[in-house]
Amino acid sequence: MTDIVAFQDVAKRYPGGKIALENVSLTLARGEMAFLTGHSGAGKSTLMKLIGLIERPTRGQVVINGIDLARVPRRQIPRYRQRLGLIFQNYNLLFDRTVFDNVALPLVIRGIAHRDIARRVRAALDTVGLLSHERKFPITLSGGEQQRIGIARAVVDRPYLLLADEPTGNLDPALSADIMRLFHRLNETGTSIMIATHAVDLVERMGHRRIALDHGHLDGQLAHESTGA
Amino acid sequence: MATSRHRSRRAGASQPATVALRGWLLAHARCSLESLGRLHRRWLTSLLTTLVIGIALALPTGLYIVAKNLDTLSSSWHRSIQISLYLKQDVAADDGAALAQRLASDDDIEQTHFISAAQGLADFRKNSGFGAAIDALGKNPLPGVIEVTPRASMPAAAVSELVERLGRNTSVERAEMDQAWLRRLTAILGLVSRASWVIGLLLSAAVLFIVGNTIRLDIENRREEIEVMKLLGATDAFIRRPFLYSGIWYGLLGSILALVVLGGCYIALGGPLATLTASYNGSLETRGLGSGGALGVLAIGILLGWAGCAISVNRRLAAIEPR
Repeated sequence: MTDIVAFQDVAKRYPGGKIALENVSLTLARGEMAFLTGHSGAGKSTLMKLIGLIERPTRGQVVINGIDLARVPRRQIPRYRQRLGLIFQNYNLLFDRTVFDNVALPLVIRGIAHRDIARRVRAALDTVGLLSHERKFPITLSGGEQQRIGIARAVVDRPYLLLADEPTGNLDPALSADIMRLFHRLNETGTSIMIATHAVDLVERMGHRRIALDHGHLDGQLAHESTGA
Repeated sequence: MATSRHRSRRAGASQPATVALRGWLLAHARCSLESLGRLHRRWLTSLLTTLVIGIALALPTGLYIVAKNLDTLSSSWHRSIQISLYLKQDVAADDGAALAQRLASDDDIEQTHFISAAQGLADFRKNSGFGAAIDALGKNPLPGVIEVTPRASMPAAAVSELVERLGRNTSVERAEMDQAWLRRLTAILGLVSRASWVIGLLLSAAVLFIVGNTIRLDIENRREEIEVMKLLGATDAFIRRPFLYSGIWYGLLGSILALVVLGGCYIALGGPLATLTASYNGSLETRGLGSGGALGVLAIGILLGWAGCAISVNRRLAAIEPR
């Protein structure tokens, strides 16, 4: 199994009849980085939510790292999520905790020994270039720095897949490019990454595969096109 | 399942069970301290909750102590019960003494004391100062009396039966004991003791609601944090843990406060209480809660805090899911 993400004829219909995804089949190879693009409401977030088991598909099969998500019972969802790295548009940091404690949270949740936590948190903070900020509180940092903390938190437990939903949605172009370069570097160290974004111009300069969604359908021409890195 | 395979490989290879256990204990210790810190940061809310719990626990406990002491008091009164058998005028002093001796061997009777008519008169003359008036009567008006002390710890009903039985003796004119007040007292004591339990139950329910409500507000305030933790893969048990510790802390602090309140009451009542005990020539002993009782209050407080939280937290957490 070389694909980290495999969607097979997936449809998602929300209660009330709104169709978010229709007949979506796609794959992300292990170690690949891809952008999920499309207008707002095209189904990017729904696709991310299906991978994170925040939603379940109405039809079709989602297989992540060899795990058929339909076979993950509710009770097992936390364990499944522990192996994903999730990054959000609004960073979702906890403001009553220091940078260090925010980044350490996934390790604390996993029950990792305390002395290992410190080492791994510092390694993650070093990766995003914010090692000197570990004692600060997130509120004192800029938006770009906060998103770096969010990324450090996502990678601290070495996930097999990084999922980022509009990670640069709240950042100006220069900071957005910074963040995207950070993802690029993480990908070079072997992490599989899927990024949902509507910053198309930025994506095209990056030169990774682009998966385009349009009203819940895959845009066929773009789906298998590789712009060649 | 692939996720559990990852986990067991990581945990199993490098960590023996004792290390894992120590890590688990450390995590709990840290979590309980964090909860305490959180209580401290929102100290006003915490203080109010603790105060209400403290008073709610102090009331029934205080009532329980009062009931227990009155019970001791009543049994000491019980011991001082005496039945007076007024003998018929024609019973000779020797016969009276013999009867007293016979009664003393009765199973229901602790001891008897015979006071002959002559002795009664002598006592009366000495104590009352009416000597001259009595002399004027020319004839001893007093009957012989046997004072009967019933067996200790005899129930009130049995005592009145005994009085009736003694009254039927042919030598006895009249058997007397004012027992109606004793029955009433026993009934009142039963009522106070029962009331302490009923009030205790009601206020325990109140403590459950207070803790539950405080935790509910706490969960509402931390809703976003809980959603983030769920997204990061926190189990319900992990998210629940700090809240449960908050409940335990509330219960513990509340019950400590209850003990302090009771101690304060004891000091405040100390003066009149000392006067009362002194009037019993030291035969009356007041009893406090004792260390066992104090530990019991702490245990009940902790249990109520934990339970109030557990009831509230499970339902609330299930309702919070990331969107």
